[in-house]
Amino acid sequence: MSYIKCLYCRECGREYPVAPEHVCEFCFGPLEVGYDYEAIKKVISKDKIQKGPLSIWRYEDLLPVTRDSGIDMGTGFTPLVKAENLGKTLGLNNLYIKNDSTNPTFSFKDRVVSVATNKALEFGFETLACASTGNLAGSVSAHGAKAKMDTKVFFPSDLEQGKILGAAIYGSTLVAVDGTYDEVNRLCSELADNHRWAFVNVNMRPYYSEGSKTLGYEVAEQLGWRAPDRCIVPAASGSLFTKIWKGLNELKDLGLLESVNTFMDLAQPDGCSPIVEAFEQGTYHVKPVKPETIAKSLAIGNPADGFYALKTIAETKGNAVRVPEPEVAECMKLLAETEGIFTETAGGVVISALRSLAKRGIISADEVVVAFVTGNGLKTVEVIEDAADPVFTNPDYKSFQDALNVWNKRSL
Amino acid sequence: MPIKRVKFTYEQEMIKEPIISMLSKDFDLVTNIRRADVREDMGWVVLEIEGDENEIQKALDWVATKCVRVDPISGDVVEG
Repeated sequence: MSYIKCLYCRECGREYPVAPEHVCEFCFGPLEVGYDYEAIKKVISKDKIQKGPLSIWRYEDLLPVTRDSGIDMGTGFTPLVKAENLGKTLGLNNLYIKNDSTNPTFSFKDRVVSVATNKALEFGFETLACASTGNLAGSVSAHGAKAKMDTKVFFPSDLEQGKILGAAIYGSTLVAVDGTYDEVNRLCSELADNHRWAFVNVNMRPYYSEGSKTLGYEVAEQLGWRAPDRCIVPAASGSLFTKIWKGLNELKDLGLLESVNTFMDLAQPDGCSPIVEAFEQGTYHVKPVKPETIAKSLAIGNPADGFYALKTIAETKGNAVRVPEPEVAECMKLLAETEGIFTETAGGVVISALRSLAKRGIISADEVVVAFVTGNGLKTVEVIEDAADPVFTNPDYKSFQDALNVWNKRSL
Repeated sequence: MPIKRVKFTYEQEMIKEPIISMLSKDFDLVTNIRRADVREDMGWVVLEIEGDENEIQKALDWVATKCVRVDPISGDVVEG
């Protein structure tokens, strides 16, 4: 069952009843889910979790909604792969990749959307909605279809065709907004205020973001109930980053982990790095930027959880790493060529940050390091178009040998 | 009366400007600051603005011309 107790304001601490609200009425601070941890402590155990389904719902005691109140798409419990080849390249003996691209719609967004959808059903909503530039639109559309909800996804009209199709296939209503990213943003905020729609990333945001905690739970469980020494996480709004940290700490507070001494490192691409910028300047003030990055899934110029992400970095003595844009595609290839994992641009950002930290000697060789890969590479093939360089040959033995020799010389 | 909740983010050069005061003086709006953090180099204010809908829009358009960023209080909602 769920042990949700209330919503509370992250700024002033005021408590609110459990409702589809996301902003404190007094100080306009963001609302967060509060739980009855004493009650959870009495029922939760490693054994109980291990006997649960192989999905995020094995942790439902720690989520704001249960599997039974809605649908189960089989999200979560994704592979934690020991990256021996990449580790060898970088001089790291205990490197792991948390490969979240194997979720039902191929990104970590299924975790947050699964929780938001079930909560929306519990609240009696009939319409599921979101504002997105790709991954989220696909996930909301799929969950809306499964839940038989009216589903609306909003995006800027110049979005790549592949991403539009990735949402369209599920039969949702696509709303292509003839406007800039900021204009879509404003429209959706206004719609969420004026319609009884469950906007997963607006009025359902307190519940939605809790889904990300399951990445922290899973990694700890998959490592044999221990926290990693270091997590490297991509950041857009900063929510995923803070929730992985929250997840690890909840397990410790409930007695399921002995200790959590994890460095939390955050990665952003150079073209959209407002959190890194603040970190480098030694301030908690996140100055909004206009995103200009090939890592579109990280293109949030005014990150809602930037302040809290910076607090987490400070608390854990972690780092914030700015990744040069050309390294994004290069590191997508590096991960694919060493570990056979094809990630999207956000994964390229994480691997580049990992490499940078390893090269600078910030990561020691024996640390247990987890790099979070949050989406599948097929979502962003346009950035690696030059990766294909086939050997062209006629269909005979000699032609092939000659062509291969030429290709080998060129590749040296 | 319509009410709008917004966040203003100021660059260093605008910190000394009485932007919020002008909203009441020049646009016939009532403002109510809920939270703010203003430093030497930048600042932000989250506030509620009450008044005629067109007047609010005109005022926010004017604020945007002053190199002050205007956002919904939830931050960016468009996600990847």
